[in-house]
Amino acid sequence: MSWLGPEEWQAVALSLKVAGWATALSLPVAIWIAHLLARKDFPGKQVVNGLVHLPLILPPVVTGYLLLLTFGGTAPLGAALAKLGLPLAFRWTGAALAAAIMGFPLMVRAIRLSIEAVDPKLEAAAATLGANRWSVFITVTLPLALPGIIAGAILGFAKAMGEFGATITFVSNIPGETRTVPSAIYSFLQVPGDESAALRLVVISIIIAMGALVASEVLARRVAKRMEDA
Amino acid sequence: MTQPALSITLRANRPGFDLDVDVTAPAGLTVLFGASGSGKTSVVDAVAGLTQDVSGRIAVGDQVLLDTTQGTCLPTHERRIGYVFQDARLFPHLTVRRNLDYARRVTRQPADPARFNHVVEMLGIGHLLDRRTPRLSGGEKQRVAIGRALLSRPQLILADEPLAALDDPRKEEILPYFERLRDEGEVPILYVTHSTSEVARLATTVVALENGRVIRQGSAIEVLGDPSFSPGDVRSVGAVIEARVATHHDDGLTELNAGSIPLFLPRIARDPGTSVRVRIAAQDVILSRGRPEGISALNCLLGVVQGVQEGAGPGAILSLDTAAGRVLARITKRSLAAMDLSVGTELYAIVKTVAVAPSDVGGPKG
Repeated sequence: MSWLGPEEWQAVALSLKVAGWATALSLPVAIWIAHLLARKDFPGKQVVNGLVHLPLILPPVVTGYLLLLTFGGTAPLGAALAKLGLPLAFRWTGAALAAAIMGFPLMVRAIRLSIEAVDPKLEAAAATLGANRWSVFITVTLPLALPGIIAGAILGFAKAMGEFGATITFVSNIPGETRTVPSAIYSFLQVPGDESAALRLVVISIIIAMGALVASEVLARRVAKRMEDA
Repeated sequence: MTQPALSITLRANRPGFDLDVDVTAPAGLTVLFGASGSGKTSVVDAVAGLTQDVSGRIAVGDQVLLDTTQGTCLPTHERRIGYVFQDARLFPHLTVRRNLDYARRVTRQPADPARFNHVVEMLGIGHLLDRRTPRLSGGEKQRVAIGRALLSRPQLILADEPLAALDDPRKEEILPYFERLRDEGEVPILYVTHSTSEVARLATTVVALENGRVIRQGSAIEVLGDPSFSPGDVRSVGAVIEARVATHHDDGLTELNAGSIPLFLPRIARDPGTSVRVRIAAQDVILSRGRPEGISALNCLLGVVQGVQEGAGPGAILSLDTAAGRVLARITKRSLAAMDLSVGTELYAIVKTVAVAPSDVGGPKG
């Protein structure tokens, strides 16, 4: 990729790293919450549901600011995490957290729908065959919900790649640390004459987004085929 | 006193009726029999632990699955229940082999190829092992479901209308497996149905339910031979006779020996000497005061009227004790009056050979 300058290449690599971590770490939590919302009734379910969806409707800048208030260097939680060796404010780790939170509602929605589509009668059948709740979940619910989980993960990844507002508010726009592709595009557009660099990043963004979509489509189809085929 | 194989005492509130049942069953196959909405499925689901809002006690042999007075309630996965559902409920993402193997894998038992092969061979599903389940036919699915339940090494098999979704030839394909399971006698079976012919063929014990209550309990011969017992549709009334295959004749008939009386049926595929159960539908029986002459029907049983049950409509059901066993006959009240029939009258019961369908003939009793 010699046509990408080092600064641009840095932004792409950083974005992939941030989005990868954001997706990997939030996926298990999203599956857990989606399962909870799809299958269980508990007091405060609507509150949980609301909190999960909040980042989808709040202005991203607000989410970013709330993150800064909670995880900033001077906030108790942020300071404690920094002491434990996980500083978040103005670090790529913070960018990953912001991306994870912004992608979370999309992931939960897709996964919840696919879990709701799994026939509870099959789960009951598994229980009669000796499977405890965890086994039922791992051997029946999860594999049957897999297409939705893949779709949710890819949506979350794409959202994480494109996250801008919350990221720039929470962790700023530091080259090599928190300057992801959207932040880099924004920066290049601020400087006269750098439009070509911005354009190259736009092309990269489109390629990655299309790649993610195609990958999710292929994976989901493969899973669906595996379940129907003789 | 020996322990009953299965004892169930249950109370529960259900929409439309209150469940209040008390069932004790010996080994063999116990049929829960009744119309839809009579509470059959509520009972089996409670036994499986799939419904929680019940009170009472359920025990299989000496293992207590539920005892609400003691606060005992085993979760479903610890009950060791092999449940054969009406809709098979095979796992669509697994092959037949992995469906069959499922219980062993989730309970981390060592593989037992001998047992696996035995079950696969008995059910004739060896050629399906590597297939995925959504494309199996209804009968194939149900055979795999039976195999999957058996391979979970259950202490009790539950079957909730396992044949209801199948057409008649497929029913004939599956019924013998239940007869065989009953006759092997390893595991008690609780079988739900609303079909009288399934009761006649399969039941060791019949428990008839109506509006959540047990209205009759006893052997199939006792319950189905009772003229006061009406299983919903009067057309499905019919007693069960036990007989032994005597010979097969060249003209396509099989001769049975029922308490020294010969009975002729369309050819049944069983060896001479084996015992069978034959259901004779009450509406297929003609009564005659004298020995009939010049009549096409081949079976003629001399009996004495034991009971007369007049229905709300134009019909009446008579029970006759013959040397072959109890026979029920459904005739009109008009004939009842015209022939002046009452308890103690000697009569001939005439049964057309071709009126006995293959589905009315079952294997030996459990």
